[in-house]
Amino acid sequence: MDATIIARYTTDGSSLREVWRTFRHSTAALLGAIILVLHLVVALAAPLLAPHSPTAINPELALAAPSWEHPFGNDRFGRDLLSRVLPGGRIALAISLAGAALSVVLGGFVGVMFGYVGGLADEAAMRIVDALISIPGLLLLLVIVTGLGSGYAVILLAMVLSYAPGVARVARAAAHEFVPRDFITAARARGESPLTVVMRELWPNVLDVLLVEFAMRASWIALAVSGLSFLGFGVNPPTPDWGLMIAENRSMLALAPWGVVFPILAIGSLVVALNLVADGIARALGLDRSR
Amino acid sequence: MLNLITQRVVLSLVTLLIVSVIIFVSTEVLPGDVATAILGREASPARLAALREQLGLDRPAFDRYLEWLGGALRGEFGMSLARRNTAVGQLIAERLRNTVLLSAVAAAIGLPLSLALGVIAGLLRDRVPDVLISTIALIGMSLPEFVIGSVLILTFGVLWALLPAVTVVPPDAPLDVLLPNLVLPAVTLIIVMVAYILRMVRSSLIEALASDYVQMATLKGLSRPRVVLLHALPNALLPTINAVALTVAWLIGGVVVVETVFNFPGIGRLMVTAVEDRDLPLVQALGLLGAALYIAINLGADLLTLWLSPRLRARLLQM
Repeated sequence: MDATIIARYTTDGSSLREVWRTFRHSTAALLGAIILVLHLVVALAAPLLAPHSPTAINPELALAAPSWEHPFGNDRFGRDLLSRVLPGGRIALAISLAGAALSVVLGGFVGVMFGYVGGLADEAAMRIVDALISIPGLLLLLVIVTGLGSGYAVILLAMVLSYAPGVARVARAAAHEFVPRDFITAARARGESPLTVVMRELWPNVLDVLLVEFAMRASWIALAVSGLSFLGFGVNPPTPDWGLMIAENRSMLALAPWGVVFPILAIGSLVVALNLVADGIARALGLDRSR
Repeated sequence: MLNLITQRVVLSLVTLLIVSVIIFVSTEVLPGDVATAILGREASPARLAALREQLGLDRPAFDRYLEWLGGALRGEFGMSLARRNTAVGQLIAERLRNTVLLSAVAAAIGLPLSLALGVIAGLLRDRVPDVLISTIALIGMSLPEFVIGSVLILTFGVLWALLPAVTVVPPDAPLDVLLPNLVLPAVTLIIVMVAYILRMVRSSLIEALASDYVQMATLKGLSRPRVVLLHALPNALLPTINAVALTVAWLIGGVVVVETVFNFPGIGRLMVTAVEDRDLPLVQALGLLGAALYIAINLGADLLTLWLSPRLRARLLQM
């Protein structure tokens, strides 16, 4: 790990293009990227693509099987499932992208900063980071939801509190690789402030590690949001959401499996895509993320 | 060595203390206190004030924190808000056995299984068995627990009706009554757990197989099984101990969803009910319990790694 990181940084600055070159040679990574883009397009264009209203109730069609008019069938309120599956990832996707971005920026900054400063401040910060990591993911989310009530802002905050500390750990370790090196010593000798050293010298060097973290956290947050919705603390009905749809239609599993199958395929393909992309980036960067 | 152990233990206790502050702050100091939770948001200010005084909520937050922490240390978490006259400790104790049993079964089957599959995938890297195992693992870790659980219910609970689809037995049911209810939740946990751990074992083994000492052992003329089992594997497994501990600890969260899917009467299901009821003392106790478990498992993994790796031990002692 140490050797690969150092070797990588002795190459010139065009690393992002090189990463892309390696990335696109992996079929799995490309497939993931394509599915991910499809998901983003569908989420954005859902209102235009959906043939019916996602919330229109039609008792005559309750639990109707897939047909030409309703390709994914209908749920127990007769709502068109295709029109619900199409926008069903919007909230999970938005929260996972925003949550992963905030986690990476905040966690990354905290990690690099304390990794550079070190000393007592670093010790204290890492204890808080450890404490946040120690409350198992879903439990922390549930504790926060109990305290603040569920709402998208609270869920986003809870996600950042759950996932930023892990990023901080990784970023701190990555920063430690560079702190003893000459260009940092030189910057310090020039009299640069810690903030300048962190932002101008360290941050660009840990960016690619953070890119992998971003893709990974995004897939975890997508899973966590759907889990929260499934438990009833995430998206509120009647808003279409895959996790919520699976929870709602689960009791009709034997009668109308289509109510569950299509949301499962949707969430599954999204998370598989995010994982494939994360794997692909990690491999292209020479970092093995499954460790 | 003793110093190292003491240091780790003290650090773990400090972490747990900070966890208790985080849990207390996020549930009690923030808006929406226990009195509002009991009486509802539309309650009159006078009634709220009276209840706050009765519960001691008008005292400074720091005093209440100390009192709560003191109780927690003695294993007393106060009374449940949703189920009056029942102590939080009793509610947890009733269900703890079931969750421990569920996780123990899942870990006892899942750990060896993921090890075996990870080694197979690592040895046959990029060949058919590896591609198969790795693909299934990727799908396993990409599907939420409740999806895997729902598919299992559909297959074995509804279509084949081999096993109970959801648990209807009370928390204190005797073991032989509970056991059939345990199968599907355990399988769900195993699928998710194996998916994560086998990936770590695989990449760790691949790295070890590419190392100089494995090449050396092969060149010495040692048999392949000997090289793999005695040279590569022990070194490959060392870094996975912590990763395994993380996954097992992560299961603590997974248990919440899995128990809810199957209505399994464990502390995970209890947590969800507690959040629904805004039963703050119960949520606090379960949050703290989960974190304590997580910290204990990680401490165990740390000490185990330290014990198994003289190199790491020597390096840390020099520092």
